[in-house]
Amino acid sequence: MSLAHLNGGQQLAVKYYIVAVVLFVAQILFGLLSGIQYLEPDFLQGLLNFNITRTVHINAMIVWMLYGFIGSVYWLLEEESETEIVGLKLGNLGFWVLTSAVTVVVLVFLFIQTGPGDDFTRWFINEGREYIEAPRWADIGIVICMLIFFYNVAATFSKGKWSGIAGVLTLDLVALAGIYLAGMFYTTNISVDQYWWWWVIHLWVEATWEVLVGCLMAWGLMKTLGVSRKIVTTWLYIEVALMFGSGILGIGHHYFWIGTPEYWFSIGGLFSALEPVPLVAMVVHAVYDSGVRHSKGNNNPALAWLIAHAFGNFFGAGVWGFMHTLPQINLFTHGTQWSASHGHLAFFGAYATIIIAMFYIAAQYVRGQSSFGPATLGSGWKWKWALGLLNLGVVGMTVALLISGYEQSFIERAVGGSTWMGYFAAQIHPWFIQGMEWRMVFGLVTTAGIVLLVWDLLTIGKSRVVEQSRVTQTVS
Amino acid sequence: MSSNIPWWSSETFWKKTAIWVTGFMFLVLIALTVDTLPQISVGSERVPAYSVINKHISYEFNDERNFQVPVIGGDDPLFGKMLSEEEAEALVTHGKKITQGRNCMGCHTLLGNGSYFAPDLTKAWLDPAWSSEGEREQMMIDFLMHPQDNARSFGSGRTMPDLNISEEEARAVIAFLKWMSSIDTNGFPYSFTVIDKEG
Repeated sequence: MSLAHLNGGQQLAVKYYIVAVVLFVAQILFGLLSGIQYLEPDFLQGLLNFNITRTVHINAMIVWMLYGFIGSVYWLLEEESETEIVGLKLGNLGFWVLTSAVTVVVLVFLFIQTGPGDDFTRWFINEGREYIEAPRWADIGIVICMLIFFYNVAATFSKGKWSGIAGVLTLDLVALAGIYLAGMFYTTNISVDQYWWWWVIHLWVEATWEVLVGCLMAWGLMKTLGVSRKIVTTWLYIEVALMFGSGILGIGHHYFWIGTPEYWFSIGGLFSALEPVPLVAMVVHAVYDSGVRHSKGNNNPALAWLIAHAFGNFFGAGVWGFMHTLPQINLFTHGTQWSASHGHLAFFGAYATIIIAMFYIAAQYVRGQSSFGPATLGSGWKWKWALGLLNLGVVGMTVALLISGYEQSFIERAVGGSTWMGYFAAQIHPWFIQGMEWRMVFGLVTTAGIVLLVWDLLTIGKSRVVEQSRVTQTVS
Repeated sequence: MSSNIPWWSSETFWKKTAIWVTGFMFLVLIALTVDTLPQISVGSERVPAYSVINKHISYEFNDERNFQVPVIGGDDPLFGKMLSEEEAEALVTHGKKITQGRNCMGCHTLLGNGSYFAPDLTKAWLDPAWSSEGEREQMMIDFLMHPQDNARSFGSGRTMPDLNISEEEARAVIAFLKWMSSIDTNGFPYSFTVIDKEG
């Protein structure tokens, strides 16, 4: 694969994208293992216990999405700033440092797994806090790599040209990196621990990440559909206002049950209930813009994934989040499969989709194609089936998990009084098990989707290049 | 052309709105954080001091608040030994660090956060699964040290893996669980049946 025709930022982006895809595959494989363990509890027990398979499943997801974001920003950096990237060598160094760190962390998760209750464990093996299990040394490494990334972004825009997208993106990265620090300390007080832990988790996925994908959406619509910069920039500002306006205090919906005062019921309930509003705006924006252009863009797979993102974000993050965000409902759903259902559709719909769209935009340039439409892709069955299978798979898992979640909130919480016996009464109920079985089926559908997606990304637009060059040679 | 754009759809208006709204909301969050943190500091009304493990802890319905709240009773020292504030803090701290080091959150939820493969631990100390208050401490030690031999899977076939927890570690984990059960979680978990209060 020759990348010589790409600019420096784009070459760096491709590296990030490759690791992102590898980790995406790992996420799905470890998700399958976790899913099997629900049905066959003895499966791999003693070798890879559920806490390990699940930790790798969710950490691979967080990290591949970060790689996808960093890659996407590097991809658009030189074009958007209209100048060369400032620190390409430093950026490459950051990539290798981060990738080495991630590799070591994963190997330690898999082979060392856990440690005694001392500081060494937290620094070098496992921090044991959901989503940010990575040990402290890796946290510091991640922060250094994020600073390199931030320097490259801010300095390149400063040297070249600032745009609305550039401004929002840069400020958002400050917040994104700064918030990570809130998770880097130890306290025995679990209420304070979880208070700050939610700053990282919530203010990432329900605020700064959303704004970041808002920037990618704005840029993606300009790129694939040729929407005017003025329109996408105005929409971006509207989305930022609505997103941060609802999402920052929306953090309150995580402060109902962790020891925090009762006033968070009202604050969290109200503001998190407003969180879907910006997501509706995004759907309107994306659908309107593609509608007025009759969906005629220069990259059909990317456009399809952008639209999947708009709807996935709205349903997964918006509707599925809203369904159990009010404290009156959350009392019965908090910590059940409802959360898993919401998590699956939200992370996929809001983030996986748009990163895949960015992969396709990159693929078009890497393969030197002026467009990714029927003329260059033929029937495009691979990308269409990948799109269909991945979306069907994740939606299917989401619905299956939701049914198990409903059953759990009734049997375990409402009837069983939330005790261990109540918990297990719900877990062995046929309705719960059926949900888990269907989740497994749709997990396999998702797996088929990722296989096709990887195959497609490796081959899309390639053969036509050969044919085109033959045509050119014949003509000349 | 730009003069035809109404103010409410102009780029500048929304740019300013975005900046002001973000700044304002962030300041409100900071203010609420400043208000909340003292209310959840150890030794506060909502989050008791670590020495609460010297006391009897229950979880009873409160008519005024309309849900169950932790009730701290008379002396009931953990493992029969009264601890000083410092000793209690050291023990609970060791317990919390063990729960992180063994990645308990990879299967369990704590305060409802974590994974959903195993029961919530928020009120594990008060769970009727430990037969009676008299048998509880020993049953919990046995379970944590040898979870396969003392499986409590209620017909699910799901058992806790053996995590090589020593007796000393088990005691620390239990101290952490006892302390955590005293936190005022606004009625979560709801309608909980407390040990020795069945029927």
